[in-house]
Amino acid sequence: MTPRTGDAVVIAKPTLDALIQALRQAGYEPHGPRAEAGAIVYRPIASSDDLPRGYTTIQKPGSFRLAQTGSRRLFDATPGADSWKPFLFPPRQTLFGVTAENGSLQLKFDQAEPPKRALIGVRACELAAIEVQDRVFLRPDFSDPSYRQRRENLFLVAVDCHDPAATCFCHAMGTGPAVQDGFDLALCELDDEFLVRIGSQAGADLLCAVDCAPATAFHHQAAEAATDRAIRSQVRSIDPQGLPDLLLNNLTAARWEQVGERCLNCTSCTLVCPTCFCWDVADSTDLATGRMERVRLWDSCFNPDHSYHAGGGSVRPTVYARYRQWLTHKLGSWVHQFGVSGCVGCGRCITWCPAGIDITEEVAALRQEAGQ
Amino acid sequence: MTSRPASLAQVPQLLLGPAWARLESVQPDVEGISTFWLRFEDPDLAANYRFEAGQFNMLYLPGYGESAISISSDPATPERLGHTIRVVGNVTRAFSRLHVGDLVGVRGPFGSSWPIDQLAGQDVILATGGIGLVPLRPVVYRLLAERQKYGRIVLLYGARTPGDLLYTGEFEAWQAAGIEMVVSVDRADENWQGHVGVVPMLFYRLRVDPEKTWILSCGPEIMMRFVVYEALARRIPPERIFLSMERNMKCGQGFCGHCQLGPLFICKEGPVFNYQTLEPYLQVEDF
Repeated sequence: MTPRTGDAVVIAKPTLDALIQALRQAGYEPHGPRAEAGAIVYRPIASSDDLPRGYTTIQKPGSFRLAQTGSRRLFDATPGADSWKPFLFPPRQTLFGVTAENGSLQLKFDQAEPPKRALIGVRACELAAIEVQDRVFLRPDFSDPSYRQRRENLFLVAVDCHDPAATCFCHAMGTGPAVQDGFDLALCELDDEFLVRIGSQAGADLLCAVDCAPATAFHHQAAEAATDRAIRSQVRSIDPQGLPDLLLNNLTAARWEQVGERCLNCTSCTLVCPTCFCWDVADSTDLATGRMERVRLWDSCFNPDHSYHAGGGSVRPTVYARYRQWLTHKLGSWVHQFGVSGCVGCGRCITWCPAGIDITEEVAALRQEAGQ
Repeated sequence: MTSRPASLAQVPQLLLGPAWARLESVQPDVEGISTFWLRFEDPDLAANYRFEAGQFNMLYLPGYGESAISISSDPATPERLGHTIRVVGNVTRAFSRLHVGDLVGVRGPFGSSWPIDQLAGQDVILATGGIGLVPLRPVVYRLLAERQKYGRIVLLYGARTPGDLLYTGEFEAWQAAGIEMVVSVDRADENWQGHVGVVPMLFYRLRVDPEKTWILSCGPEIMMRFVVYEALARRIPPERIFLSMERNMKCGQGFCGHCQLGPLFICKEGPVFNYQTLEPYLQVEDF
C-alpha cells in the first residue's frame, strides 16, 4: 500500500526499529525517552532498545519514581523533569558575538544550522506545549529566527499516552491523552503492533520505507479503549471554566499569601514547565581575544531579579507576588496574550515541586475563596 | 547574516541584534543624568529611521548589556537621536564612561506612543516627576511645532531638589512658546522661589476644563496613581488619561516575559497606556 497523509496503518512492534533507521537515513537524529539514573530523560536513541521498555512512573506532589512493570511495552513511562523544550528553545544560547576591528564593531549572529532531529515518543500534552511555544516564538509580527529553524528541522513522532501519572490532568486541559494533531506520525502502542496515524507528507514518505498494513476497525477500537482507560485513570483535574477571569479578578485573595508561605521560590516549576518561555540575556567579554558575546538564558518569574529594573527595584519583592505572577500568567493572562492557556496539564510542576504545591489544588482553592 | 530570513534582515529593528550608532555628543543635564546624541552608522538607516513621541530604544554596549531608554529628542529630527540617561545600573554606568565617537548598539524604536493625534483643539496637562519628563519632551516639541492647534498646554513638573530639574535651559523658551509651567521640588534650597511639594498637589491650584482636558503622565508609579486620582476628582474621564509605565525589559518585542503587567507586555502594548487598560492592575500591590 502507499501510505497517505490522514491514513492510519499498522506496523509490527519490531518495525519501529526500521522506522528509526529510516528517520536516520532521511537525515534526522532520532531522540527519545530513556530510563537513566532513575529518571526519564530525552536523549539520542540508537534503537527501540534504548526506550524505557517495561517501565512506568509513580508520581505524586514532590515525588517521582521509576518502576518496572514486567511488560514489554515501550511508552508507558510518563515524562520526568525533561521536556522537549530545550530542543527548540535551548537553556543557554549564543545570540551573537561582537569583535572590534579597525575602530568599528562587527556583529555576527550565530549561524550554525541546527541539526535535523526526530523526536520519538512525544505525548499529546507535549505536542500541545510545542504549539503553545510556537505562538510565542512564531508570531505574525515577529518570529525568533533560531526557534523557527529548529522548529522547521523537527520530525515529530507522537505517541498516545496510555498510562498517565497521578499528577497528570491533560484531559481536563483538553490536550490529551490521545494525540490530536500537529505530528508527522502518531503511534498508538497496542499489544503486538503500533497503530500509526500519518499527519504529514514527510510522515507518509517515511512509512513508504517500512512494512505496514491498513488499520482495521479492531485496531481503532483497541486504541479508543486504551484512551478511555487513560482518561478514567486521571485523578487530577482543573475546571477550565472562566479561568482567566477567576485568576485576574482575584489578585488579592488570601490564598496567594498562603501558597507564598509554602513556595520555596526554587524556580523548579518554571524549569520543568514545557511552555514557560521567559528568557534573560547575559553579556561577557573574552579577556584573551576581546570578543564580546551576548547569550540568551532561561529565566524564571520566581527570580527576584526577573522584575528588577534599575532605579525602581524589584516589582515583585515577595514570594507570594511571584507565585501569583506565575499562576495568573500560566492560566490567565496567557490566554489574553496568545489565545491559548499556558498550561497543557502535564503535571510536571506538581511532581517536581519540592514543597509539593499542586496547581490543581491552588486553582480549586481560589475558586472556593471566590465563592464559585 | 545569511542564516537570517531575508524578510527579517530588511527590518533590523525587529531583530535581536542592534545596529551601530556613533555617539556624536554628550550633554550633561544634571548630576548623574546626561543626554547622549546618536547617529546611525548606516546612512540608509539614519535617513529612514522614524520614531514617535513616547517610544524607546534598546541601547547596547558590547560586553556590558542593553537598557531600555526613552527617546528624548524631537521626532521631527530622527536622524539625530537624543537619549537622556540616568546612571543607575551596570549599562548606564558604562554609558557615563563613553567618549564622543564611540559606538553604541541601537534596536528600536519599540512600544506605543502618546496620543498626540487626538489632542487637536484640546487642553493638555503633562504631569511628570523626575526623569519622567524624558519621554514627554518629544511631546512638548510636537505640540509647540503647531502650538495654535491646541488649547491650553500645562506642564506640571516635579523633582526632588532644584538641582534635579531636567532641561531647565529650555523652560524659558517653552513658556514663551505658550506652555504654562508649574514646577515644584520636594526639598527647596535657599535660592528656590517656586512650589515645594509633590506633583499631584500641583493640581490643587489648577482650574481645568474637564470637557476637553487630557492628562499625559510619566513618573514614579506612586506619583502617577495620585495624578490619576486628582484628574478623576476633577471629572477628567479615564479615556483621556494616559500613563507611561516602566518595567524590566530585555527584548522589546513581548516575548522575553519580563515586563508583564497582567495580560500586558509593557514593551509592546506600552509603555504608553490609556488609564482604563491599566486600571485593574495599577492598584494591586506587588503585581
